[in-house]
Amino acid sequence: MTTPGAPALELRGINKHFGPVHANRDVNLSVRGGTIHGIVGENGAGKSTLMSILYGFYQADSGQIEIAGTPTAIDGPEDALAAGIGMVHQHFMLVDNFSVLENILLGAEGGALLAGGLAAARAEVTRLEAEYGLEVDPDAVVGELAVGLRQRVELLKALYRGANILILDEPTGVLTPQEADRLFEILRAMRAQGVTVILITHKLQEIMAITDNVSVMRAGEMVAHRETAQTTREELAELMVGRQVLLRVEKTAAQPGDVVLAADGLTRIDDAGVMRLDHVSFQLRAGEIVGVAGVTGNGQSELLAVLSGIQAPDDGRLTVHGRVVDADHPCDPAEMRQLNLAHVPEDRQRMGLISPFAAWETTILGYHHDPAYTGTVLLKTDAIIADTDGKMSRFDVRPPNPQLASDSFSGGNQQKLVLAREIERQPEILLVGQPTRGVDIGAIEFIHRQLIQMRDGGCGVLLVSVELEEILSLSDRILVMFEGRIVGEVDGADADARTIGLMMANAHETAAETKAGVV
Amino acid sequence: MASAPDKLPAWVDIGLLPVINVALAFMVSGLLIAALGQDPFEATWVMIRGAFGYEESLGYTFYYTTNFVFTGLAVAVAFHAGLFNIGGEGQAYIGGLGVGLAFLALDQYLPFALMLPICIIAAALFGAGWAYIPAYLQAKRGSHIVITTIMFNFIAASLMVYLLVNVMIQPGQMSPETREFNSATWLPYMHEALAWFGVEVAQSPLNLSIIWALICCVLVWGLIWHTRWGYEIRAVGANMSAAVYAGMPPARIIIVTMCISGALSGFVAINEIMGVHHKLLLDFAAGYGFTGIAVSLMGRNHPVGIVLAGLLFGALYQGGAELAFENSAFTPDLIVVIQGLVVLFSGALSYMLRGPAERLYFALATPKPAEA
Amino acid sequence: MAEDFLLMILTLDATIRVSVPLILCALAGLVVERSGVIDIGLEGKMLAGAFAAATAAALSGSAWVGLLGGIGVSVMLAMLHGFATITHRGNQIVSGVAINILASGLTVLLGISWFQMGGQTPPLTGAARFSSLSFPGADAVADVPLLGHLYSELLSGHNVLVYLAFLTVPAVWWLVYRTRFGLRLRATGENPAAVDTAGISVVRMRYLALIICGILCGIAGAYLSTGHGAGFLREMTAGKGFIALAAMIFGKWRPVPVLFACLLFGFLDAIAIRLQGVELPVIGEMSVQFIQALPYILTVVLLAGFIGRAIAPKASGIPYVKEH
Repeated sequence: MTTPGAPALELRGINKHFGPVHANRDVNLSVRGGTIHGIVGENGAGKSTLMSILYGFYQADSGQIEIAGTPTAIDGPEDALAAGIGMVHQHFMLVDNFSVLENILLGAEGGALLAGGLAAARAEVTRLEAEYGLEVDPDAVVGELAVGLRQRVELLKALYRGANILILDEPTGVLTPQEADRLFEILRAMRAQGVTVILITHKLQEIMAITDNVSVMRAGEMVAHRETAQTTREELAELMVGRQVLLRVEKTAAQPGDVVLAADGLTRIDDAGVMRLDHVSFQLRAGEIVGVAGVTGNGQSELLAVLSGIQAPDDGRLTVHGRVVDADHPCDPAEMRQLNLAHVPEDRQRMGLISPFAAWETTILGYHHDPAYTGTVLLKTDAIIADTDGKMSRFDVRPPNPQLASDSFSGGNQQKLVLAREIERQPEILLVGQPTRGVDIGAIEFIHRQLIQMRDGGCGVLLVSVELEEILSLSDRILVMFEGRIVGEVDGADADARTIGLMMANAHETAAETKAGVV
Repeated sequence: MASAPDKLPAWVDIGLLPVINVALAFMVSGLLIAALGQDPFEATWVMIRGAFGYEESLGYTFYYTTNFVFTGLAVAVAFHAGLFNIGGEGQAYIGGLGVGLAFLALDQYLPFALMLPICIIAAALFGAGWAYIPAYLQAKRGSHIVITTIMFNFIAASLMVYLLVNVMIQPGQMSPETREFNSATWLPYMHEALAWFGVEVAQSPLNLSIIWALICCVLVWGLIWHTRWGYEIRAVGANMSAAVYAGMPPARIIIVTMCISGALSGFVAINEIMGVHHKLLLDFAAGYGFTGIAVSLMGRNHPVGIVLAGLLFGALYQGGAELAFENSAFTPDLIVVIQGLVVLFSGALSYMLRGPAERLYFALATPKPAEA
Repeated sequence: MAEDFLLMILTLDATIRVSVPLILCALAGLVVERSGVIDIGLEGKMLAGAFAAATAAALSGSAWVGLLGGIGVSVMLAMLHGFATITHRGNQIVSGVAINILASGLTVLLGISWFQMGGQTPPLTGAARFSSLSFPGADAVADVPLLGHLYSELLSGHNVLVYLAFLTVPAVWWLVYRTRFGLRLRATGENPAAVDTAGISVVRMRYLALIICGILCGIAGAYLSTGHGAGFLREMTAGKGFIALAAMIFGKWRPVPVLFACLLFGFLDAIAIRLQGVELPVIGEMSVQFIQALPYILTVVLLAGFIGRAIAPKASGIPYVKEH
């Protein structure tokens, strides 16, 4: 175990490219032994890439890793494990139909036969449980455990292997506030035993609550290192977001009209029994853009899925054009389209288009029953191609060739194709998820202008984005989501990045207050 | 130049690589023949002559091709919906049951002009029916369609033996076959049909079902690429979440697609039962269903490719038979081996050469943009 | 009464004989599917193993050399499956189909070329066959009613591969549930990413599972041609590999239930011939074909979720691609 105070881990000049993306740029990081070190940054800032390099999933293009002062080559997870590095992944790496003990043992069996290892592990786990307060039934089947307990299994796995540097990637993303509090107690106990903890998060209040030091990443670079006691949330929020110039989008004040979509207590429980949408209520009016802000994974995707008819709500109701949708009266996406609702999905690769389809085929996805596109039997291929030609020139899609496969266009051009398909139907309701993810600057401006135009034409636009800039520059009203709930609403004119950012990160306190206030 | 290309051009990916894969399969076959102490070039020559050399052989080649086109199309249609229909064998067999029942019930009363559509419908319905259950179980209960269709092949085989031995056998006969159908309702042989127009060709089992096979190619081509149903089939096969996003009902599409696939397999019975045997008998579909997988893989699931691959396999079957006749070192089993090698190289190992091809292509293409 | 009993013993004896290749192949499938690789090529590997065993035994005059030959060829085909589906991430179903077709054609083609006996290998006699082992005192007690029959007919008098097959069941159970290898194997089939992050090679695990699969299929093939039979006959596996696949599913990928599924399917096979034409009370005349199809029907019913749920290892059929 490293002496407290000396660097347990040093990263020097780490660089990593993925194709044209420079995911890590000359990253330096020094973590003192026996401390909890936070790494904060927005989505896509490069935190996870850096940790994957440390754990051996990726090899850095250049740079050096030193563990307890010794330069160490980490070519795979086995090297990381041997160097005493453990990692708790955002998506747990557990075998669901194994017992807790079997999961802990996997890869550290201690011999060709399981019997000896199992006995040793049982004893060791009992010790670790007592030492760190990590209670979990060693014989329980992991798939039947609550999420918080599964995370403890991951912690036990790492500790059992003798990890003295523990990386946690967004560990509270899937936890309830109570579970998160328990986790922090456990982490403090680990620190007391001399374990070095690296905590990756974008929740600033966690950083303030538990870390000793914090490093901030932005756009692949390490932009600041602070002692937690010497900094404030406000400073960290500013460092995270940076002092980028707001992309000014020319827009006039909104002229909201009638309510076009009303959600009333919408609730969605996923297959694992987790409540992903928790009684969400709001109204969307014609001629306004309502932005939905929030950290990834707080129910925004499920909200879009329910509103667009892909998933049925488990509770609550949704009213679109007088059509009431609830658990007993689900509405499929085809019917939603007939109700004049269009949807630009969050993940265009997975949903918005079909990679091997030609561009002209992608531009009728969801509208392929339209008489303009199909006769009684045959598709009107020429008409569709002509229509796609028009869309391509109006939306400046390059190269303007309707016959090219959808996945041979760049991200921005793919998004323009999807946008053209959905917008040119003149919908009354437009759901938009992450409209500029993976899109170049020029296309971002274009897409933003299109959304404003839609609004000015009287369309009600619901914009879901993890890009705060985008939410701020486009929205007339902003809803902030946290753990499946809407935890705040801000007028677009009054909003600024810091307030909203703090709301997103602070949300669990806000939510607690709101609850207490209401009850 | 814009950005460097990051993908192989289509002509390499769907033109060159498949040809190289098939060539590899034939090279290995050639080595095998050499290992058997025979001359692969001579064997090839015998096979080509045996398949295309004279009228009768050509008739046989096209007769085999007809079956392969049906089963190849069946596999391809299912493939477009992302389904692996390995049950063509059983569906063809049960399709024969439909045709047999239609004949036994009606051939004394109806003219050929009515029997033909009835038999086509019967073959389609019975073949589709046999595909329906695995399809339903896949769509609604998530049962692995590969396993269920394999099981249904065996169940079909047992069912047909039972029916032919116990129920449909011609009374007083020993061999498990139905009576011969009324010859007025047989599907005419090609040599008969051509004779009506004064064209004399040698006798062969080739019959008019080959025309139906070609019509099916056109219908499948139209369905898959030129109708909204085909659009939905391909969408479900290529990207299920996008299909759901677009409001398509995946379960219904899976079931309908498998039924179409089963119907196409069932048409083997039009060729075999209505066109050649004129009675229902055991194992008339043996091997055609599995060969359909090879045909579809080789033909890249496109009707044009399937006709070409079907022709190749038809020629292999006929040429192989001829080769076995001329040289006792070979048996028709050589064809089975070649078929296995084609499935191996064109199917299972189809990605093997893509990596090296990409590296080679970019090594050649990138430094010399001026030539492009 | 005694005659009925003897008949029963004989039927059970036949059940054991026909179950042996099913047990070996089903366990082979179990091991490989537990690692996340679907293998519908069990039939082909067993067929090739049977041919190789008969050939090697005929040439060497030793059944044991035959066994090694059968195992060797079967393992080679298993490695081909691995090369196509693990190394090159090819479709596992297509690869299985290819192996089945290849084995079906090659065994006959080579057989005819080498032996000129219409696809058969020369008949095996003496040491080239696995002969029956007689338990001590089996002959002495053969005439003792009940227990004597049981001992001499049912327990004694099988060849060594029969006993090996039945020993394989606890061996595989022990391997899968009680060893480090088994733990990693099961994890690889359920969540390969978890195995990878634990510093274990998914590729290596899957190849190892395929080697075991090849060995077991090879033994099954050797049993058919050098134990149960006395030489190779074309297509002598006759769909047993697929029945084994069905038994593996029916036993829900667990060794002991798989054993019982194999015995059930073997029993159906053994009584099918006996029941031909026999009038049974209530049911009436049983058709032999129905009994033969019963394993497949039962498996489909099981897969449909009407009698329990057959849940395959989660990652089976999916090539493992690292992504984070």
